[in-house]
This record gives sequence, C-alpha cells and structure tokens, in this order.
Amino acid sequence: MQIRRIFLDKVNGFWMVFSMITILIIPFIIGVGLYLKAAPLFENQSLLKLIFSSSWAPSTGEFGFWPFITGSLYVTLLSFLFTAPVCLFAAIYLTQFSSPGLIRVMHPVIDVLAGLPSVIYGVWGILVIVPFVSDYAAPFFGTSSSGYSVLSGGIVLAVMCIPYTLNMLIEVFNTVPNGLKEASLSLGATMWESVKHVVIRGNYPGIISAYGLGIAKAFGETIAVMMVVGNMVNTSGNPFEAAYPLPALIANNYGEMLSIPMYNAALMFAAFLLFIIILMINLFFRYLIHKTKRQ
Amino acid sequence: MRRVKIIEEKFFIWISAFMTYSLIAVLIFIILVIFIKGFGALNWDMVLKTPRGGYYYGGEGGVLNAIIGSLYIAVGATLIAIIIGVPAALYLNVQLIRYRRTQNTIRYFLDALWGIPSIVYGAFGFSLMIFFGMNASLLAGIITVALLIVPIMVRTFDEVLSTIPKGLHEASLALGSTRTETAFKVLFKQGFPGFITAVLLSFGRGIGDAASVLFTAGYTDNIPVNLDEPAATLPLAIFFQLGSPIPEVRDRAFASAIILTGIILTISIGARILSKRYSRTNLT
Repeated sequence: MQIRRIFLDKVNGFWMVFSMITILIIPFIIGVGLYLKAAPLFENQSLLKLIFSSSWAPSTGEFGFWPFITGSLYVTLLSFLFTAPVCLFAAIYLTQFSSPGLIRVMHPVIDVLAGLPSVIYGVWGILVIVPFVSDYAAPFFGTSSSGYSVLSGGIVLAVMCIPYTLNMLIEVFNTVPNGLKEASLSLGATMWESVKHVVIRGNYPGIISAYGLGIAKAFGETIAVMMVVGNMVNTSGNPFEAAYPLPALIANNYGEMLSIPMYNAALMFAAFLLFIIILMINLFFRYLIHKTKRQ
Repeated sequence: MRRVKIIEEKFFIWISAFMTYSLIAVLIFIILVIFIKGFGALNWDMVLKTPRGGYYYGGEGGVLNAIIGSLYIAVGATLIAIIIGVPAALYLNVQLIRYRRTQNTIRYFLDALWGIPSIVYGAFGFSLMIFFGMNASLLAGIITVALLIVPIMVRTFDEVLSTIPKGLHEASLALGSTRTETAFKVLFKQGFPGFITAVLLSFGRGIGDAASVLFTAGYTDNIPVNLDEPAATLPLAIFFQLGSPIPEVRDRAFASAIILTGIILTISIGARILSKRYSRTNLT
C-alpha cells in the first residue's frame, strides 16, 4: 500500500513536471521552428530589405513586406481609435458608477462577445459594416467605395477587441484602493473629479498596458479582417480603399506557397514576424500590469 | 463654478453609461442580424446531411461534415489540453506554492502566450506537419488547436486554484497525504468549477477558431473516420460558402453561422450554470 502510494506519487509528480516544462518550451519551439523555416530567405536578401522594400513578386523571388506591414498597422490603428474611448468609459462606468445588477448582466455580455468566433464577426461585418461603409459612410465624405475597405476592417476589429481590452481595464481599475477615492471625495471633489484624478491619472501604466495588449490582439487577428478588408495592396492611405494586412497574406496564400520556391519561406517569415512583434508587445505590457498589481 | 462641475459630471456619467449600454446593444445586434439573415436557409437538412454532389452550386445537402469535423477537432484538442494543462496548473499551485516569484513569472509568461494570434499557430502547425511528412489531417488540426488552447486552459484553471486558501492545502499535507495526492484529490476537487469553466472556455475557443485549422485540417465533404483523413470545420465551411457568388450558397453560410453561434452560446451559458452548480457544494 505504502509502496503503491509512493510509486503513484512519483509517477504523477513526474507527469506534472513534464507537462509544465512542455508548456513552457512550446513558444521557444514555435519561434525556432518558424525561424528555421524562414531562414532560406535571408541567404540572398537582408532583413532590412525584406521589411522595408515594397516590391512583392513571388515568382521572381522578390519579397518586400512593407505594404503588408503598413496595411496591418493602418487597420490596427483605426480599430484602436474606436476601441479606446468606448473601453475607457465603459470600464469607468462598470467599476465606479454602475449598480450591481448591471454588472451581473454585463459579465455574460462581455464573455459572449469575447467568445464569439472571428468568422461570426466577419459575417456580421459583411452583412452590416460593408454595406454601411459603401452606402453611407463613403458618400458622406464625398468618395465612393466598394465597402471592402480599411475602415470596415477597423470597425469590425474594434468590436472584436473591445471585450478583450475592457476586461483588462476593469481588472486594472479594480486594483485602485477605495481609500484613495474616498480621500478625494472627502476633500470635496465630485465623483467624476475623483475618477479623473485618482482612477485615471493614478493608473496610466495600467491603462496604457491594456490598450497595448488590445493593439497586439488586433494586429494578429486574421479571418474577420480578411473577410472585410478587401485584400489588395493600398499605398494611398485612403481609409475607403482596400488594404492587405500581414495575417491575411499568410492565410490567403497557403495553397500556392509550396509551388513557388522561397514562397514558403517568405510566408513563414511573415508568421515569424507576427510572432515576435506580438510576443514582444505582450511581454512588455504584461510586465507593466504585473508590476502595478504588485504595488 | 459648482454648476460647471455638476454639468461636467452629469455629462461624463451619461457618456459612460451610454458606452456601456451600447455594448449590450451591439451584442444583441450581432446575434439578431445573424439569426434573421440565416433563418430562412436553416432547416434540418443543413444539420443532418453531408454535402451532396453540386452542393456548392446550390444542390442539396448540409454541413454535417463540418459540424462533426469541428466537434472532433475541438474535443480532441480539449482532451490533449486537459492531459497537459491540468497537471501543469496543479503543479503551479502545489509544488511551487512556496516560490511566489517562480509562480508569478510562469503566470506572466502564460499570459503573454495567450495573446499569440492563431494564424501563427496555424503556420507553425503547418511546418510541423511538413516536417513529419503528414498531410492536412484531423490529427494535425487537433495538435495545432491543442497548442493554441493549452495556455488558456492552464491560466483559467490556475486563476481559480490560486484562490483556494492555503489552510486547506496544509491540512491535507498534515493528514499525511503526499503532494500529488493533495493536488489531485483535494485541490482538483475544490477547484472543480474552475476546471469546468476552463474546459468549456478552451472548447469554445477550439471550435470557433478558423485561422489555425485553415492550413492543418484541410477540407473535405466526408465525415472523417481516421485520424489521418482531412476534416472540414464549421468556421471554414462558413468562410468558403460565403465566398461563393451564388446567393443560395451564401444563405447557407449564414445558416451555418447560426449553428456556430448557437453552439458558442450554449457553451457559454452551460459554463455559467455548471460552474454555479458545482461551486455550491464547495467549502468556502
């Protein structure tokens, strides 16, 4: 009996350590694997040229990722402009002003919004946002648009990222000690002034981190964006025209990438780029959040 | 001066409330749009039949292949994630309980992993697949999705485990149980609601993710029988049908979207009900 217990203890203990280690090395394997796959690309092109060149001709072996990177950045920034105010105000309302009943309702709402698959957002984007952009938004600004545009991508992406950023902001605002706010209130400040000076100003690092993580999430989003953004290289900077973000490039070309030499390596380089950029952003802002929490 | 202050406060509270309520409105709007648009094309054939010849040109059939394929992939990936994720989460909260720094570092690291986009996992899974000489198959899809959901599983379960009072842990050890017994028999039971939430959350993520299975699981009109056969998935079925120029096929994409939304909503509601039911019997 005793021996059996010790044996079980050893086996289970080993299994626990093993799975923990596996989980921790997976990201390294992913990084190294993608890098090795992309390595042939560096043999005849420098890294800087790959990133900053804008000529894209797979059949002649020219891979310039600049238009795709700017396309991604453009859509992401646009979505950030929509996400930021909504999340900030909603998080303030939920943590400072709302009734317990509303919070009980909002929890499942945020969870469901966060849980809806990106394809569903894409379908919704095609049904609602694309016609809206082509029929109302573009004529309003005096241009015409097919609707499959940077603006549509930004809006759909914003809706997708709101629950993510909002959750993070709520977590940050919940760490504000009540005493600080009460001190401000007792000095005669209104509720809003206390929020403005204590909750917002005292939490700058937290708020910026939440936004940063939201941006990282938006940057890597694939299917929903791909469905509404038009997938055409656009350098004009017009939000009513199509763009071609980096994740969409990978997803659209996987079928033909084995037939053209180096194409495979180029797409794996794109994935590697996404992985590194997003991991760096995540590590940086998570660090800020962990640090503010410990205080 | 006072008036200005009060007006400012009223104004900002009003805006904040508006933003909050607009989120509820957006959710209802999304679900309503999908349901209204797809309801006309939704019938039992959609759910119960696989695509027949000419399905993608408006012929008869349904998306049963995609529903079953998605379920296979999500169930398989969740199983792998449980096998790897649960012991890891318990390890984090039992063996490492005295090393707060290590604990926090691992949590920080896993949190950062949560943000990696699924297309990266898809690309990695694809190169792994080529490396082992496999074709796009159910197995490759399961492994890729498992990689994607393991960090989610561990962090969600861990979040609940970390709230369990240390006294319970010490009491178990004081009664003479080994550490792994404490982990699997005491902490696991106490954290069971968290386990349910973690499983359902990762399952939902697995079933809804398109970018990771795009390369790895392939697409087929048949229901896969073996692990090395390609499998269709529901998100991809929606995506492909939506790309068709034929209106009837597009309508079916909307109907498939209803099915997917329905599955996700059921999981989400189920998670809430189950975790409430199991936490009732818990010690506090």
